[in-house]
Amino acid sequence: MTEQIKVRRVPAGGSILQRLSGDRPARPVYLALALLILLGWLLVALDGGQFVSLENIVGIQQRSAALGIVAVGQTVVILAGSLDLSVAYLISLNSLVAAEIMAGGDGAVLPGVTTVLVVSALVGLVNGLIITRLRVHAFIATLGVALIIRGLLDQRYDGPAGSVPASFLHIGYDRIGPVPVSALLWAAVAVSAWFLLSRTRLGYRIYAVGGDAEVARLSGVRTGRVVVAAHVICSVCAGIAGLLLVSRLAAGAPTVGTDGGYDLESIAAVVLGGTALAGGRGGVAGTVGGVLLLAVLDSVFNQLEVDSFAKDVVRGVVLVAALAIYARRRRTA
Amino acid sequence: MKRSLPIFVVLAALLVAIAVANPYFLDPPAFLAFVKRAAPLVILAAGQYFVIVSGEFDLSVGSLVTAEVVIAARLIDGTAAATWPVMVLLIALGLLAGLVNGSVTTLLRVPSFITTLGMMLILSGAVFLWTGGSPRGALSPQFRELGRGSLGPVPWSVLILVVTAAAAIWAMRADFGRTLVAAGDNDRAAALSGVRVPRIRTIGFMISGLSAAVAAILLGGFAGVSAQVGQGLEFQAITAVVLGGVVLGGGRGSVVAAMAGAFTLEALFTLLNLYGISGALEPAVQGFIIIGAVALGAVNFRRRRPAVA
Amino acid sequence: MQIASRRLFAGAALAGLVLAVAACTSDTPTTSAPSGSTPAAEAGASGKGTGEQSKFFVQADYDAQMAMRTAQPTGPVDKPWEQSIDPELIDTAAYKKPGPYHLCFSNAAVNNAWRQVGWKSMQAEVSLHKEIKTFTALDAEGKDDKQISDIAELQTKGCDALIISPNTTATLTPAVSGACPKVPVIVFDRGVQTDCPVTFIKPIGGYAFGAEAAEFLVGKVPPGGKILALRILPGVDVLETRWSAAKVAFDKSELKVVGVEFTDGDAAKTKSIVTDYIQRYGKIDGVWMDAGATAVAAVEAFEDAGQPVPPINGEDQEDFLKKWSEAKLTAIAPTYPTYQWRTPIIAALKILNGEQVPKVWNLPQPAITQDKLASYLRPGMPPLHYALCGCENLPGYPEKWGGTS
Repeated sequence: MTEQIKVRRVPAGGSILQRLSGDRPARPVYLALALLILLGWLLVALDGGQFVSLENIVGIQQRSAALGIVAVGQTVVILAGSLDLSVAYLISLNSLVAAEIMAGGDGAVLPGVTTVLVVSALVGLVNGLIITRLRVHAFIATLGVALIIRGLLDQRYDGPAGSVPASFLHIGYDRIGPVPVSALLWAAVAVSAWFLLSRTRLGYRIYAVGGDAEVARLSGVRTGRVVVAAHVICSVCAGIAGLLLVSRLAAGAPTVGTDGGYDLESIAAVVLGGTALAGGRGGVAGTVGGVLLLAVLDSVFNQLEVDSFAKDVVRGVVLVAALAIYARRRRTA
Repeated sequence: MKRSLPIFVVLAALLVAIAVANPYFLDPPAFLAFVKRAAPLVILAAGQYFVIVSGEFDLSVGSLVTAEVVIAARLIDGTAAATWPVMVLLIALGLLAGLVNGSVTTLLRVPSFITTLGMMLILSGAVFLWTGGSPRGALSPQFRELGRGSLGPVPWSVLILVVTAAAAIWAMRADFGRTLVAAGDNDRAAALSGVRVPRIRTIGFMISGLSAAVAAILLGGFAGVSAQVGQGLEFQAITAVVLGGVVLGGGRGSVVAAMAGAFTLEALFTLLNLYGISGALEPAVQGFIIIGAVALGAVNFRRRRPAVA
Repeated sequence: MQIASRRLFAGAALAGLVLAVAACTSDTPTTSAPSGSTPAAEAGASGKGTGEQSKFFVQADYDAQMAMRTAQPTGPVDKPWEQSIDPELIDTAAYKKPGPYHLCFSNAAVNNAWRQVGWKSMQAEVSLHKEIKTFTALDAEGKDDKQISDIAELQTKGCDALIISPNTTATLTPAVSGACPKVPVIVFDRGVQTDCPVTFIKPIGGYAFGAEAAEFLVGKVPPGGKILALRILPGVDVLETRWSAAKVAFDKSELKVVGVEFTDGDAAKTKSIVTDYIQRYGKIDGVWMDAGATAVAAVEAFEDAGQPVPPINGEDQEDFLKKWSEAKLTAIAPTYPTYQWRTPIIAALKILNGEQVPKVWNLPQPAITQDKLASYLRPGMPPLHYALCGCENLPGYPEKWGGTS
């Protein structure tokens, strides 16, 4: 990994994306991604397989869309100096809310989507208010909310429930050429978040609050509101991810969020993308790269049929190594 | 100390509530059984305290506990003679995991949340890679004794807990404790006044690793080999510490209160069980209480630190 | 489950065919959404402490499984993984093709001892057949969404047959339905809510497991005895059926179920729960468990309390069998045999060979009783090894399964 950084000046695959975002931390993750794709292609070719195929490209996008959408939301809260551990249970809850309402048929799709977004926004609001008004650390606040949602799920559901009309499955399964609709949805979420963060006043304030809340407050930013807004955005993203998952599963499932590990994995994707866990530095472009990196890694593992325990070891090492490299760059820069 | 007062009130109230529902609860055997059950979590919370008060997180303790139990079972494989050497090895492994966590966090400047998250993945992956997916071998009766048996009427776990608590209190009263808190409160100021912050934080991580090793010995002893033994313990330990009024981000809170937080959590579980609150609602009640307790603790404490260190 | 769902999905599969085709490419599986409604039984006998009957309970499935417990399976006696009960054979000539074959497997997870033992047996079974040129297996790591992607990915790899062990019944149904038209599909362990797979392989089922253990307790515990029921977690269909069958048996008996508790499969929690119950009731007269993984912890709770261990059930894991034999317990071990992992490979080869296979392949599901205990004790195997792995004659035994000879 250290080697990759030294040859950084060589034009890399993701250069357009980073120019678009202007966030420097995103650069190494795209370089790493390019190298990983190269490595994966080599390894899989040696193994007698074909890595760069239409199916695989579609597969990588399908695999990363849900995590990608959650991670975009997580980026926003982390940039604001907070974090959200409640997304996994929120996704499960949303999948059930959506599937139970949509069981009514095609006409119920819109109410289903609306309810999910409203429920998500409310949960985000609660998270934000607990953190800012009750002054509870984000870690504990969102962990507590996660437990409360879990209790609700355990109490009310004992297995998959609800169903969605066949038309709704198009979101999860259709594609335009090599691009699945789910990936387009993810792209739309990411571009909106990018726009919000880099082109709006709220975006600047999120960076300011995450960078130094005290300075932001002294320069007239209402830090509390910014953190609450970030949490609402994050939860709404989790809601969208829940909707996407429902369109894949055709039913709501009380374990889909936790089984997917969307809480810790989304945080891992965000920091892999170069966003600082302490807030204030980073951006959506990096996160997209981080998610793709994890997805390509998964795809390579799949092609080579790597044991799932070995995967965990590699993921852990990659995560820590990447963060060590970022820290080094920051000090030498 | 003022900050940690509420947790003792809450703990006392919970114990009274349990005693009302179950009059035998305060009898020595029943109470000792409660303490015995709480011991692993209390020890983990004490260890986690040293990390949190220095301004860091340790998410790896749960998988460290699992890894230690699985390693012990495979290496001991039922033979009495291997028991003590393996226990020494477990302690060493715990310290080593802490050393790695601490060094990566302080020397490579990786946020401890990520370092220990990575460690969690690596440990749980590596240990099952080594055993081929599920635990192998068996723990010897001698190994089990510490978690299962007792010395006269007092369970070994309770004795180990008392020793651990005494050591933790002593460490916090010594110079080490003061510099640890100083590093957590403001690491730059501490460094300027001559504290070797990286070293002191690394020692904090090693203490957490050590506590995970001890907890693993007690848990493995109590219930035997299982692949789930450490599941979720990291969040429980952090919750316990925070319940005790220790501030995430470091610099504030006492180790006694952290341990009281763990007892409170355990008492809460017992109480919910006694009053027949179904398993389903248990997490929700827990969530409310954690948020509530921390919110109440924060009322008198206006200077808020940034959300995540 | 299968009987009820077949009716439901004959129509559903048809409805799926008329699904509107979008302007762009669609990988949407041809099925309509599964209906979540299963006939919930009326509230159970009150006063028995067993609570409401599970909404997963289906009387017809229960009756079918009770009948199968006494039925004589057909097939080689020494190879229970090739046997089947009441097979309704179907023709597979349409799938016949010459070897060598490429078999594919979408695995829900290998996250517990049961799946690990089974997975090793399956790999060993593959190695027995030279005509299998390639065996591609993807592990979904317990994630529904990943398994859906995995199934889609496998369809592009030129598999001659696709074996699926679904992570969740309802949510994997669309993906399985999507694969059926493209490749012969074999489903095992948990089912799906469509009958499009060529064959569905399973042991008799959860009702048989739960009933076996409960009937044993009814026979051994004197009337009025206090029973503690320990379950892993709610909401898992294969576990819900175990409890609902036990509930039926307990409701008919003179026994009193004093508690139904969830252990999360955690040994320490199990031990704590049992200890609490012993303290509260003074004495517990029988313990029913929906899975054996924490049975030893439950036994130890009685030992540590200085009480005799009451009649109890476990499963065919070696640690429980060893404890049973050493502590001379009054016990039974119903099973959910891991040898079922061998059957899908055998079934795939039969299908590709054009041989008939049962539409629903019901494998025998023996219970280990006192008289058969000795024959299932395998010293040298790991504590969490399952005795009914059917793997003793497979290449690599016992080392591959973690044992020593």
